[in-house]
Amino acid sequence: MTTWHPICPWEALAPACGVPALLAAEPVALFRTHDDELYAVGNVDPFCGAGVMSRGIVGDRAGEPTVASPMLKQVFSLRTGECLDDPAARLPTFPVRRHDEMVEIAVP
Amino acid sequence: MTRTLVVIGHGMVGHRLVEQLRARDDAGTWRVEILAEESRAAYDRVALSSYLDGKSAEDLGLAGSDFLADPLVRLRLGCGAARIDRAARTVLTTDGTELGYDALVLATGSRPFVPPVPGHDLDGCHVYRTLDDLDGIRDAAVDGAAGVVIGGGLLGLEAANALRLLGMRPHVVEMAPRLMPLQVDDGGGQVLAGLVGDLGLALHCETATNSIIAGPDGRVAGVELGDGSTVEAELVVFSAGVRPRDELAEPAGLARAERGGVLVDDRCRTSDEHIWAVGECAAVDGRCYGLVAPGYAMAEVVVRQLLDLDGAAFPEPDMSTKLKLLGVDVASFGDAHGTADGALDVVHANNAAGTYAKLVLSDDARVLLGGVLVGDASAYATLRPLVGRELPAPPERLLLPAGAGPDAGALPADAVVCSCNNVSKADITGAITGAALSDVAGVKACTRAGTSCGSCVPMLKTLLGECGVAPSRALCEHFEQSRSELFEIIRVTGIGTFSELIGKHGRGLGCDLCKPAVASILASLGRGHILDGEQAGLQDTNDRFLANMQRNGTYSVVPRVPGGEITPDKLIVLGEVARDFELYTKITGGQRIDLFGARVEQLPLIWRRLVDAGFESGHAYGKALRTVKSCVGTDWCRYGVQDSVAMAIRLELRYRGLRAPHKLKSGVSGCARECAEARSKDFGVIATDRGWNLYVGGNGGFTPRHAELLAADLDDEQLIRLVDRFLMFYVRTADRLQRTAAWIESLDGGLEHVREVVVDDSLGIAAELEAAMREHVAGYADEWAGVLADPVKLSRFVSFVNAPDAPDPTISFVAERGQPRPGPVVLPMPSIRPDSEEVLA
Repeated sequence: MTTWHPICPWEALAPACGVPALLAAEPVALFRTHDDELYAVGNVDPFCGAGVMSRGIVGDRAGEPTVASPMLKQVFSLRTGECLDDPAARLPTFPVRRHDEMVEIAVP
Repeated sequence: MTRTLVVIGHGMVGHRLVEQLRARDDAGTWRVEILAEESRAAYDRVALSSYLDGKSAEDLGLAGSDFLADPLVRLRLGCGAARIDRAARTVLTTDGTELGYDALVLATGSRPFVPPVPGHDLDGCHVYRTLDDLDGIRDAAVDGAAGVVIGGGLLGLEAANALRLLGMRPHVVEMAPRLMPLQVDDGGGQVLAGLVGDLGLALHCETATNSIIAGPDGRVAGVELGDGSTVEAELVVFSAGVRPRDELAEPAGLARAERGGVLVDDRCRTSDEHIWAVGECAAVDGRCYGLVAPGYAMAEVVVRQLLDLDGAAFPEPDMSTKLKLLGVDVASFGDAHGTADGALDVVHANNAAGTYAKLVLSDDARVLLGGVLVGDASAYATLRPLVGRELPAPPERLLLPAGAGPDAGALPADAVVCSCNNVSKADITGAITGAALSDVAGVKACTRAGTSCGSCVPMLKTLLGECGVAPSRALCEHFEQSRSELFEIIRVTGIGTFSELIGKHGRGLGCDLCKPAVASILASLGRGHILDGEQAGLQDTNDRFLANMQRNGTYSVVPRVPGGEITPDKLIVLGEVARDFELYTKITGGQRIDLFGARVEQLPLIWRRLVDAGFESGHAYGKALRTVKSCVGTDWCRYGVQDSVAMAIRLELRYRGLRAPHKLKSGVSGCARECAEARSKDFGVIATDRGWNLYVGGNGGFTPRHAELLAADLDDEQLIRLVDRFLMFYVRTADRLQRTAAWIESLDGGLEHVREVVVDDSLGIAAELEAAMREHVAGYADEWAGVLADPVKLSRFVSFVNAPDAPDPTISFVAERGQPRPGPVVLPMPSIRPDSEEVLA
């Protein structure tokens, strides 16, 4: 059974900006894209172990929504968490939704 | 079995020979002993003059670390050859070593000819051949005094330019009725004389030098000319031609040519089958060549023999030259003087524009034999490869100014485009299509074309185009425009947001390449605080958090300390802040104090303390002006000649917050001792006793570079005006993340073009650039204070949106040398290998 955890009000998210959140002691990066889609991936950059993914730049690569790590600039798919520059690395992804005026994340 | 090759001489040609041999001798059949008389390994003697114009000895060096580490090559620096024993096949070196050889190559070059006029050996007389000679001239130069160059050939004009760069007033004495008598004709010489005269050179043509006059101190005081008149001078440079260094030949029983030089056949072999001679010391079939291209061709001929490769004999040498003397283009190629039977001239002279062009044609006016270009040599790249071929267009058309001439398609495939390295058009187009090359750098790396004198680089661009390679200026997949084009679009249209820009001029959502670039452009144009609204999401993390992200995700904070000058009270505040927030503290290379280890949520608290104490953001995070470093100047220093601290503070405050394509640094030194290391900066200022010298285009980083002199002896206001123009020109036209040095290199005309635009206002945009800078200065506001005053911006500085005070579990510190440093990563890394679907460890 999926348990949704309320994280923050929808207004707290600016378009095309990430915010960091804590989900049961797990750092998560939460993104609202330009077209109001929501994504949640792990906040820890797998290349350096620092919790910085939410501070990356949101964009797209050939239409795939992405975030670029602010540390060494590898680009990850926001949909799948896969690193588009190095398929050996991947971020965990989390189900995320807008529920009433809150943003909620679930642990799968 | 390994055989031994001894090469006497490590100049450009000797080096090329060994380099080519080692590149092709896969089996390692030869080990090479090189005797180098100078204390330095081979350097680019053709570019010698640039040594006085900003290049260092290292910049000019030809021998890379691969070469120097090659176990089969031994380079003996500071060691010449004393004697050759042909019977024993040994060379006795000047340090007494006897080297056996299986093959011997003489590459001893030539020495400057000093005419035996009375006084030629006085103190203050110099020659112009080696880096040591230039060091000597530099040491002896007297700012503002006159210097005489004897000889108005190519090298003489270079020497005159060198004196000019050293602040002297050069005179040139030439026996012939015109300058560069070997390269240009009377008409070209006249135009050339007019052009260099405008640049402050005093010419004395058609006159001999009677004697060098000594002053009471026994040093050079002047030069007496053939007509009995005298020119006062503190320094004399002889540049009256060269003589081959063939002194090893006769004692060894090797024949010399009638007019000097080691006599060799068209395979560069002496009468001894084990001994060759190449370069300026060699007289091929009796004739010496004083250019590097024929020398390289000789090296090639010998390498092929040493490796038993099929080889052609020494080809008909290409004596073409193209150079920029004192900023004046001069080129001559082929049969420039029309010595062939029945040769015809077609001349186009434009005295108003200061250009002269002559084509020498065969008697039927169909075949191009040679030519001379003065003032504008842009047609050289197209014309030179056409020598010996039928003209592709009527000669009048070929002489018209740039743009109207023939295109590269007119060149036959076997035409040699790069004569320095003997690369044909077919070699280049073959490489472009074969190796899918997309830019000039690729062509250079693949074919060596364009890597020596560079005069064929425009042709390489044309050939890339001809092969269907349109050089892409696209910023990224979202914009087809270059950064400078986007800058102009934003400036002219007034577009204020990224969404509007990408909607109208791009595609998709953007990325980490275009977003920060556009953010930087918006900031340069003063369109609001960098974290206003949508702009926040465009910024790289450093700009978004106004601090420098470090390896564990914490930030470092650098307050501005203009010019590096700080009061004790402010120093104490920095210490207290660092202590209270447990920050690691370090003095940076740019004379600022860096406080490391701040968490995102601590940043506003730290800034509050700093701003209250009178600090502001140092922009250490941005592609912006970082620091203006200074020495102590006249305030304290015994040697200072100007107040470098006051000027550094003035510059730093003027340009603080200026966003640029790359980070910018500057320095101001109070005297020529250069304690602020200003020449390693994007713009550096060095005091002279007459004002300020402004240098541009230096940097540290991956490819360190010294800045080059843009303008000399400026007063304060002139200096500020030129820096304003320079910086704004750079901000507007450079590519994304292009440093000033690379930007200057990328411009057609390089530093000279920058000087034309910035100093001479050749584009008529100086006033606009200055106005843009005034606007920047007037619009400056501290970015930290801007965040502290805005609750929306402040709300982003939290560790977690749903737990603003919870510390980030990925951050830890350990102590080292009494200060914190990042600890080991504590979380299990959620990096997932491809064979596992598990998301969390």
